[in-house]
Formats: sequence, C-alpha cells, structure tokens
Amino acid sequence: MFEVIFLQFLNGLDKGAAYALIALGLTLVFGTLGVVNFAHGALFMLGAFCAVMFRQFLTLETVTIDPTQTSPWGAPLEIRTPLVQAWFGDFGAVLVNYSVPFSILITIPIMLLVGIALERGIIKHFYKRPHAEQILVTFGLAIVAQEVIKSIFGPNPIPQPMPTDLRGAADIGSWIGFQANVITYPLWRLIYFLFSVIIIGGVFAFLQFTTFGMVVRAGMADRETVGLLGINIDRRFTIMFGLAAVVAGMAGVMYTPLLPPNYHLGMDFLVLSFVVVVVGGMGSLPGAVAAGFLLGILQSFASMTQIKAIVPGIDQIIIYLVAVVILLVRPRGLMGRRGVMEN
Amino acid sequence: MTNFMSRNDLLLLVGFTAVVLTMPIWLTPFGAGYPDLLQRFMIFGIFAVGFNILFGLTGYLSFGHAAFFGVGSYAAVWSFKLLTLDAIPAMIFAVLISGLFALIIGFLSLRRSGIYFSILTLAFAQMSYNLAYSVLTPITNGETGLQLTLSDPRVLDAAIGQSFVGQPVPTLLGQQLGGYAGFYFCAGFLILSFFFAQRVAGSPFGMMLKSIKSNQTRMQFTGFNTRPYALSAFVISGMYAGLAGALLAVTDPLAGAERMQWTASGEVVLMTILGGVGTLVGPVIGAWIIKYFENILSALNDNILTQFWSFLPEGFAEIVVKVTSKFVGDGWHLTLGLVFVIIVIFLPGGIMEGVRRIAAVARRSGPPGAKSHQHQPAE
Repeated sequence: MFEVIFLQFLNGLDKGAAYALIALGLTLVFGTLGVVNFAHGALFMLGAFCAVMFRQFLTLETVTIDPTQTSPWGAPLEIRTPLVQAWFGDFGAVLVNYSVPFSILITIPIMLLVGIALERGIIKHFYKRPHAEQILVTFGLAIVAQEVIKSIFGPNPIPQPMPTDLRGAADIGSWIGFQANVITYPLWRLIYFLFSVIIIGGVFAFLQFTTFGMVVRAGMADRETVGLLGINIDRRFTIMFGLAAVVAGMAGVMYTPLLPPNYHLGMDFLVLSFVVVVVGGMGSLPGAVAAGFLLGILQSFASMTQIKAIVPGIDQIIIYLVAVVILLVRPRGLMGRRGVMEN
Repeated sequence: MTNFMSRNDLLLLVGFTAVVLTMPIWLTPFGAGYPDLLQRFMIFGIFAVGFNILFGLTGYLSFGHAAFFGVGSYAAVWSFKLLTLDAIPAMIFAVLISGLFALIIGFLSLRRSGIYFSILTLAFAQMSYNLAYSVLTPITNGETGLQLTLSDPRVLDAAIGQSFVGQPVPTLLGQQLGGYAGFYFCAGFLILSFFFAQRVAGSPFGMMLKSIKSNQTRMQFTGFNTRPYALSAFVISGMYAGLAGALLAVTDPLAGAERMQWTASGEVVLMTILGGVGTLVGPVIGAWIIKYFENILSALNDNILTQFWSFLPEGFAEIVVKVTSKFVGDGWHLTLGLVFVIIVIFLPGGIMEGVRRIAAVARRSGPPGAKSHQHQPAE
C-alpha cells in the first residue's frame, strides 16, 4: 500500500513542478510590478516553442546521392545527414540528441528579450490602471502570441524526443530500500522535478542573498521609499519581469518531452496556474510554490482508480474543488497578504 | 409617461428597437443578412447585456458566466424532450434553472471580491464543464451533446394529442422557429432584455449596484448590507445568460458542453470590453462586432483575397495576399487579439468611448453653449 501511495506522490511531482514554476513567475511579476499577467502561460508556451525551433534548426538536412548504393525500389540511395552532424561530426549528433536541454541556452536570451520588450513596450503603461484592464490587455497579448505561433508552427502538437540516454525509468524504490522494480519512475520526470527545485532554489537565493535581490524585495515592500533613496527601482523591476519570463520559458522547454507542445499549451496551463497562485495567496512566493506542488500531487492521487471508484469524476474537478474550499475557508489563500487584490 | 422613463431613455429604446428589427435589411449589403448569423447576434447580445449588469454596473468580473449559458441550453433541451416542443415553457424553465444555479454559485463566490471572486467563478464554471463531459453524461450526453429524438416522452404534447413527423424542432404555438421567425423571436427577447437592463440601470437598485462598484467599503460603513444587492445582480445576469443559452437551444436544439468552457466565458468579457463596459448599448455592439467578424473573417480564403487585392501591381499583390491571409480564415483570432489589445490600450471605455470622444469633438466645433453637456455620458 505504501508503495502505491509513494508512487502517486512521485507522479504528482512533475506536474506540480510545472505548476509551481509558472506560479512562481506569475507571483514574481505580481509582487514586483503589481500586474496580473494573463500572458504568463503564453510565455511558457513560447519557451516550449524555442525548443521546437532549436530542434527544427538542428535537424536541417543535406541530401547527398550515393550512386554506389540503391534504395529498395531501385533509385540511387539518398543519404540525409543533419547539417550540424556534417559540420561537427559526433558532437553534432550529441547536439541533436540532447536538443531539449541544449535549447535552454537559446531560450534564456530569447525569453529575456521577449520579457523586457513586453514590459517596456506595453505593460509599463498599465501600472496605474485597474487590475481588470491589466488582465484584459495581457489576455489579448496571450491570444496574439498563441495565434502567431499557430500561424508559424501549425495547429498540431509537435513531439520533442527526449535524449536517448534519458528515456528509461529510474528504480527509485531500490534506492531507498524497497524491492527492485516496485517503484519505478520515468527518468525525465525525475530530471524535471530536480530542475524545478534548482530553479526555484535559485530564484529564492537570488532574492535572499544578492544586493540586487535585496533591493527588489525592498521595492516589493515599499516601492516609493526605495525610489526616494535614489535607486532606479523601475529598471530592476523590468529585469525581474524578464527573469519571470525566463523561468516560464525554461519550464516550458523542459516540459516538451512530457507533453508535445501546441499553440494553446499556454492557455491550458494559464487557468490552472492562476488557480495555483490564488490558492497560494496573491503575492506570496512560498505560497505559490507550495500550492503548485500541493495541487499537482492532489491531482495525481485523485486520478487513482481506487479513489475514482469512491467519488466518480473527482479527477476532473479536484483542483477547482480544492481551490474553492481553500478560498472559502482562508480568504487570502494559503499564505496571502492582507489587502492584496481584494478590490 | 415622464415619470416612467426619461425622454432620452425612451428615444434610446425606440432607436434600438428600430435598429434591431431592420437588421435583416441593413445588414444584407455587409453579407450578414442571413437568419442564422442574425439569431446569433441577438443571442450573444442578450448574453452581453446580462454580463454587463454584473461587470459593468456592479464591478465584479466573473470568469465563469458561460456555465449559466450552458445550463440554460441544457435546461431548454430537457424541456423540449420531457414537456413540450413549445419554446415558451423551455425559456421559463431555462431561466429558472440557471437563476437557481447562479444563486448557489453567487452565494459562495460573492464571499470574496477582486481576483479571488474571478477565480472562484472560474473554478465553478470549469467544474461544471468537466463534470458535464464526464460524470454527468446521463444528463448532458457528454461529447455528443444533448439532442432531440422522436422517442422523447414530451408529456404535454402527448396530453393534447399533438404528434410530429420527422425530426422534431422547437415551435411557438405550432409555428416552427426556423429562419427569420427564429430571428424575430430572439429579437423580441433582446429588446425586452435591453428594456429591462435600462430599467435596472435607472432604478434605485441600479444606483446601489453602481455605488458598490465605486466604493463598496464606504457603502458598508454607511450601514448598507451590500451582499444581497450584489447577489441579486449576479442572479439577474446569470438568468440573462440562461435566457441566451435557451435561445441558442431554440434555434439549434443541440446542447454541448463546450459552451461552458472558460474560453466561452472569456468571449463574453471581450464583447463587453470591446463595446464599452458600463454602457447599455456598448456590450450589444461588442457582441455583434465579434460575431460578425468571427463569421465574415473566418470565411475569407486566399481566392477571395486575391480578387480583393487584384487592383495592386502583380508581385506586390501576392505579398499583400500572403500577409493578409494570416489575419483571416483560421487566423482571425489574431486579428481579434490585436484589435482587443489596441482597444484596451487606447480606448479603455471601448467603442462607446470612441463614439463619445468623436461626439465631444463635433460638439466643441459646434455652438459654444453645448459644452456644459460634456460630463454626461452618451446615454
């Protein structure tokens, strides 16, 4: 019995990690800029498509015709080699194989640019406007982003293979003293979870232990005073927006092997991650992370057949049900601050 | 008469009625003069007018209104199946059921305000949507959608010995509600809904709603319990949504769960914002524009575009066709998103604010005495 519960717990971790990463970025933007960013799911989706783009670029092929060999139907054999392989040899092959993790390298600058451009171009004009208008303009931006992606990459999901070495399952049970092959867990999901822990830890450490982070935290608490001290807080907040975009983008990149990205990936995650943020409490970073993992794990337990036998359909509604209960019992979510976003 | 309605309100109502009833005539040159689209104009107009009572007047942004729309549809189809094919009982039944549904959801959701309220309504709507697809299949018929069959009981019809041949369709006193008959049926309801919304906005009750929007805390300090007022607004707008859903079931008796999805809730928000939040006519115009472009833009294809741009020089026309084709057909949502972003940035009050600004400019260049009217809204 314990094995089953532990396995469901593990199954919830990777989805919970994705929720936590998106919710973390959302909360970061809300806490610094005070903007409710409905385009955040679109940033997650854009990150995922950075990986798609990188792989499409890597797998550009040259076709050479080998006259000495013939294909099964008699014509001269066409040999297709990816360009990178032709240029770099074995290193190119490794690059193609590990395209998903490598695409993080291009995702970071792209998402940073996208984030900063978005903030400077449009969102900056909405600080003083009501939250409803912020929601609406970012919602419109999300529609634009997803339609642009749709017109470039088409409406169908584009599967991203994971690196061949990482396709197996990890026998976690045997690591912690169970019998072999009782608790196995796909390796990539484990990597996703560890990756999210590193990112979340990195963001918290950055805010806690650097001067930049200290100034940002001071700005979150009292923006005006920090500004009066002669610090250009706006510029730092812009960078924080870029950072949130990078976090969302990286979360999207690493998620592509688990779920082939399509253009409405962002919208699918957006609704859930907003529920996560609100359950965690608007403006609370630890709340967002805790709520992300909590809801991911609860969802995984609710989809167990034993539980579905008792409460039919519970797996469909568990997240929303938990959100409703938490919001009705705790007015500001798990760790929300008083007076934030209540009117 | 003067006590009943101000002269401006009466003029607005008469003008609105005239515009709506002559729609089949003046929309024909724009390629929209066919009953199917006109019915949708009416239905989503009602939906938006109702949504505006909650969002525009009371200031609560609900992200789950499609749930009431869907419940209205299901209720109407069940009434067709169990009671009678006549539309009136179905409408009454649908409005009552969706009102009841709104009462429960509103009672819970209105305990919170701001974004917490939005997320609560969203959560309830998504729960209804997911349940309609899975566990509630006996009631909703899942993905297939609920439809009419010949073997339905229809107790009232059976009692008066009425029987049908062929595919059952909704009727009004024995008259089938297809085509323009369906349009005028929906138009009647839109005008009634508009009139009712006008009365609500002008009544003391409407004043209470507006003051909840502008400062709820102050209202509570003055000793008013605002909750019953907000709840009434929520239920009224839920009933509007149910009415619209029922009308959609009357014109096309097939109810599917996708009507309850959150994107459908988002659409009515877009309609209201595009037209102008808090105005009476704005949401209706927003609904018409979105539905019009949804049908017209999405029907355009490369051939039509090539013809349209054929006056341009050779090569250049091809580029223009290629660029514009990204914005029509399947890509019309891109146009919608862009227009929407531009409207929110430059015209937060929607199209009605644009009209008002143009009117203000026109008035400024007119006689100087007219300037004192400027602080009054356009209607």
